[in-house]
Amino acid sequence: MTQIRTRLLALAAATACMTIAGAAFADELSIMASGGAWQDAQRKAWFEPFAKESGAKILEQEYLGDLGKVKAMVETGNVPIDLVTVETATVLQGCDAGILERLDYSKIGPRDKFIEGSALDCGVGLDAYGDILAYDPTVLKEAPTSVLDLFDTTKFPGKRAMRKFPAQNLEWALMADGVAPADVYKVLATPEGVDRAFKKLDTIKKDIVWWDAGAQPAQLLASKEVVMTTAWNGRIQNAIDTDGKPFKIVWNNQILEYDMIAIPKGARNPELAYKYLAYISKPENNAKLASYITYGPVRTDAASFVAPDALPKLPNAPDHLAGAYLVADTEFWGDYGEDLVKRFNAWLAQ
Amino acid sequence: MSALQPSKLDRPTLARDRSAADTDIKSVSAALRRAEFGDRMRSLLLAAPLLVLLALSFGIPIVLLLSRAVYDPTIADALPKTTAALAGWNGQGLPGDDAFAALAADLKDNQAKGTAYELAKSLNARLPGARSQVLKTVRKLESADGQAALDAMKSVAFWSAPSTWPAIQSGTSSLTSFYLLSALDLRWNADGGIERVPPEQAIFIQVFLRTFFVAAAVTLATLILGFPLAYLIANVPKGLAAILIVAVLLPFWTSILVRTAAWTVLLQKFGLVNDLLLWLGVANDRLDLMYSRIGLIIAMTHIQLPFTLLPIYSVMRTIPPSQMKAAYSLGARPFTAFRRIYIPQVFPGVMAGCMLTFILCLGYYITPALIGGASDQLISNFIANYVNVELNWEMAAALSFILLVFTLALFGIFARALGLDRLKLV
Repeated sequence: MTQIRTRLLALAAATACMTIAGAAFADELSIMASGGAWQDAQRKAWFEPFAKESGAKILEQEYLGDLGKVKAMVETGNVPIDLVTVETATVLQGCDAGILERLDYSKIGPRDKFIEGSALDCGVGLDAYGDILAYDPTVLKEAPTSVLDLFDTTKFPGKRAMRKFPAQNLEWALMADGVAPADVYKVLATPEGVDRAFKKLDTIKKDIVWWDAGAQPAQLLASKEVVMTTAWNGRIQNAIDTDGKPFKIVWNNQILEYDMIAIPKGARNPELAYKYLAYISKPENNAKLASYITYGPVRTDAASFVAPDALPKLPNAPDHLAGAYLVADTEFWGDYGEDLVKRFNAWLAQ
Repeated sequence: MSALQPSKLDRPTLARDRSAADTDIKSVSAALRRAEFGDRMRSLLLAAPLLVLLALSFGIPIVLLLSRAVYDPTIADALPKTTAALAGWNGQGLPGDDAFAALAADLKDNQAKGTAYELAKSLNARLPGARSQVLKTVRKLESADGQAALDAMKSVAFWSAPSTWPAIQSGTSSLTSFYLLSALDLRWNADGGIERVPPEQAIFIQVFLRTFFVAAAVTLATLILGFPLAYLIANVPKGLAAILIVAVLLPFWTSILVRTAAWTVLLQKFGLVNDLLLWLGVANDRLDLMYSRIGLIIAMTHIQLPFTLLPIYSVMRTIPPSQMKAAYSLGARPFTAFRRIYIPQVFPGVMAGCMLTFILCLGYYITPALIGGASDQLISNFIANYVNVELNWEMAAALSFILLVFTLALFGIFARALGLDRLKLV
């Protein structure tokens, strides 16, 4: 009997120790991001300075950007991360599924100082990036002048790479078919509009090579598998600046999107997470990322803090918004995303 | 390991012997069964920890996950008043004002409880576009009660659209066939019958057929490559056989991801295989081996080869070479001897190897994702997409369930046609 009691005591002591160890998490902030050059940039611009300023220890994790993993964490009640970087469409999904915390903007910063669409209920914008067209001028004799030149196979023959995903491609297809950027989502919300977009994509289907991961477009261009590719602007700029590739970016008709960061439900250290969000949302800090990767700030008042040599490469630099452009409609993709992905996959398989 | 096989022994040809023989065999086998019972219990007891572990870590999670395919109470739980109001509705036209009022009340309750988003997402899976309409309506209802709430509902055109209410009604039942039907490209039509979805939405049947086709092609390819190699290994001197076995097993010990990545290097447009084909003059132009069906089958064949080969080899090793020699000496030509003596004996190993490869191929995920093109994705890729990206675990469960049923059915057909007792695994 006494033995059992001793053991129970030991067990209680062990539990107590674990609770104390849990308390030690108080100044640890665990951030899960999607890796690569983008996470490196965040480390230099935000993780390290924030750690220095707050005294917190930042633990980094990487993932592929799919929320399934976070959903599993939240459903089992074991959430070892405090912050997770996500795409806008994923923020809506996570919000709906109840796996992301609804944010209290009084702890972050003035919501109206964010570019429209970059401060959502469950996610706050980190940066703005552009879906653009990239090509290799040593291969293409004539320079494309618009992303919509993707659809011109007579002037620009050869394979072109596009993301294996309906978003952006359907918008560009409609724009190439004569729909004004302002009407794209209205048209795409109708069954006829969807048919029209797929019909336009049909015209170049046999010339398309599909990419999944953000690093692929630059590789496909470098290996000359394609003559042009859609891409995220930062990845191409990275290939130009660090790998010395001769690629060129076409900004006209780009689609602007935002990267987001969110707090998963049940995070261990939400207070510190809010502190981090407030820190990176200050205009002077928000502008810092641009010095390490060519993604622009999401605060309207941050432009003056961007390093002068970084500014001309950003997707939301004045020069790059001079032509036509489209801001991705997150609500639209929240509504029709699942259905269009299914339709897109069916179309691919035909 | 029953030593006694009544079906084979029970064959006395003379009718008058039969009953006596039957009684004999029955009493003998009954005694044997009694003796074996204790043994079996003991071995079962020894295996009990493993069985418990399997049930806890494998059986129960699978059943729980698969049950999501048919059990989805989100809408029913969120809309209790609407469920009651729709109980008497015949599904034609629009329901009465009481249903609108009930839905308005339910939506307000959900907003108060913070579950409006979950409801919106769940409804959106059945009714694309419903998500934003639910959220919009919830916002409108915030300051509306009674008649005002009813007017607010009516002011959103979505709630008066013909497809809306049937979808809500079908959602109010917790047990649903929606996901299983979707996984087979089927749906309920307005008259309560089952119909095929329009061709531009139909996808899964095609993907299932593709998955089975790729699995069959890979199985055949591994058999054609593996059978002669297994024969060679079984019939060369021991030292050489050991070297050959290691050569087969070496890639087997390498991670599947590494081997797949290696194939992407070999198969790409400016890769080694294309260089070689051009140099040899076999091809005039560089072939598109990456992101193609043929590239996928090549890589999968390489990965699966040991799984087909090893069971075949293990059976071949047990066949004494003297048997073939005996057949020759009795006048059989080599082909006849091979067909009548060798094949029937290695057949169980061939079947076991092929079945192993075929069933493993049905679950391939990483290789199609990396080497296959857009039209070479197998069913696992779609399941993964629903789990990770769409967060629609109900749909993932339904697809997994259908795959499991097809696989078990195929296994059953094989086992029945060939006799399960003839299968030999390694």
